Amino acid sequence: MKYAPALFGLAFLIIWEAAVRITDVPSYLIPGPLAIIAAFIADPVGLLLSLGSTLLVTLVALLVAALLGVLLAIGIASSRLLAAAIQPWAVILQVTPIVAIAPLIIVWVGDPFASLVVCATIVAFFPVFANTVAGLASAPADLVDLFRLYGANRLTTLWLLRLPAALPYFLAGLRISGGLALVGAVVAEFVAGSGGFASGLAYRILEAGYRLQIPRMFAALVLLSLAGIAINFGLGAFAGFVMRPRGEA
Amino acid sequence: MLQIDRVARHFGTLEALRDISLHIAAGDFIVLLGPSGCGKSTLLRLIAGLDQPDAGRLIWNAGHQPKTGEIGFVFQDATLLPWANAFDNVYLPLRIAGTSRNDATPVVREALRRVHLDGFEASRPRQLSGGMRMRVSIARALVTRPRLLLMDEPFAALDEFTRHKLQEDLLTLWSELRCTVVFVTHSIYEAAFLARRIVLMTPRPGRIDHEIASLLRPGAAARFDPAYAALVAQVTRDMQRALAA
Repeated sequence: MKYAPALFGLAFLIIWEAAVRITDVPSYLIPGPLAIIAAFIADPVGLLLSLGSTLLVTLVALLVAALLGVLLAIGIASSRLLAAAIQPWAVILQVTPIVAIAPLIIVWVGDPFASLVVCATIVAFFPVFANTVAGLASAPADLVDLFRLYGANRLTTLWLLRLPAALPYFLAGLRISGGLALVGAVVAEFVAGSGGFASGLAYRILEAGYRLQIPRMFAALVLLSLAGIAINFGLGAFAGFVMRPRGEA
Repeated sequence: MLQIDRVARHFGTLEALRDISLHIAAGDFIVLLGPSGCGKSTLLRLIAGLDQPDAGRLIWNAGHQPKTGEIGFVFQDATLLPWANAFDNVYLPLRIAGTSRNDATPVVREALRRVHLDGFEASRPRQLSGGMRMRVSIARALVTRPRLLLMDEPFAALDEFTRHKLQEDLLTLWSELRCTVVFVTHSIYEAAFLARRIVLMTPRPGRIDHEIASLLRPGAAARFDPAYAALVAQVTRDMQRALAA
């Protein structure tokens, strides 16, 4: 059972390679796994540097989204006025397709790295924000009353009750936002790459597509998938590490 | 200690309490008894200052106006911080008051010892049984040495054996600490065993029907006292009559 995903993946790759060889499909249409590996080996440094660039945008965007999400969630939990003022805008941010506004952001922000981070942050922001809002509101009413009974002010209640109660919600949101930050970074890189800004794996995919280097394109896609899996597992491990001292891992 | 004077409370169109008057003397053990929806918990929250009456007043006798920490509250659920161990849960009221951990340690340990939980300081709520969690909750309420202890059906969710043990331990704590207790329940047996005064409440709107004084000697032996059976019968009869009226 433990090895089922690996065995399934291996079987899939073998069948894929066999099918490509038997049907003799040209590699510019569908390359086999071995051709993709060969394309990676031909230029590992270039692809890995691009991966590093995409991951840097992803991680910075995730950090900014987490920071903004938590701060705004605390603001909303502390003030009804702020909740009424911010929440509709947060929803607008969620439903606006990033691909539609990315060209504008790139033009407005100017600096390529900053504009990519802004795009990825917009995509990653909502889950961590919405989850933290839900977490801060999840403290049981009786416990909130108990804090009132003992004369706790808002800051004490936030620090000793609401923030610890929100932690599992925040971590679940962060895990979703991690994947979305990568998606946001790639989408922004596509838009920026179309405009001639050479950076990140999305640009490598575009470039390989223009040159009909389909195995290299697939190699970049595989690296993106692996990065997404690593982010997901990494944030899962981080959540476990944070929750373990509370006995809730 | 406290005079409740013609208190009323509405929630929208729902009249939760009407014309409630009750005297609570220092050192008393009062049980508010009645069916669900008769406003027992609402009255307890008014006494705690967690809610305000729409009409009437709560008049604290001179020198009895409670300061922070002088009222302890035990909820129906243990309402512990799930991420904190038993020590930190009991320490919570003192921590809110700004007491350092070092200064609080002997007091917290003493409160845990009183509820027979010495040795369980490091246990988290999910590692404890329902009865033990309630003991932590009682220790938390006692740690500030309250003069008035308010308890809202604290043993309702426990099994019969644990409930009996906790009832007996509560009477021991009451006689040792000499604090005033106002205890809410819908169990006639629990009311008859614990109370010095049973206040019968009826619903829609919640109001006090009458009071019954208990002459039972508090303690485990009271369950086998014929006077206990007689008190249960009297309260049952009175409650049936009040509900039928």
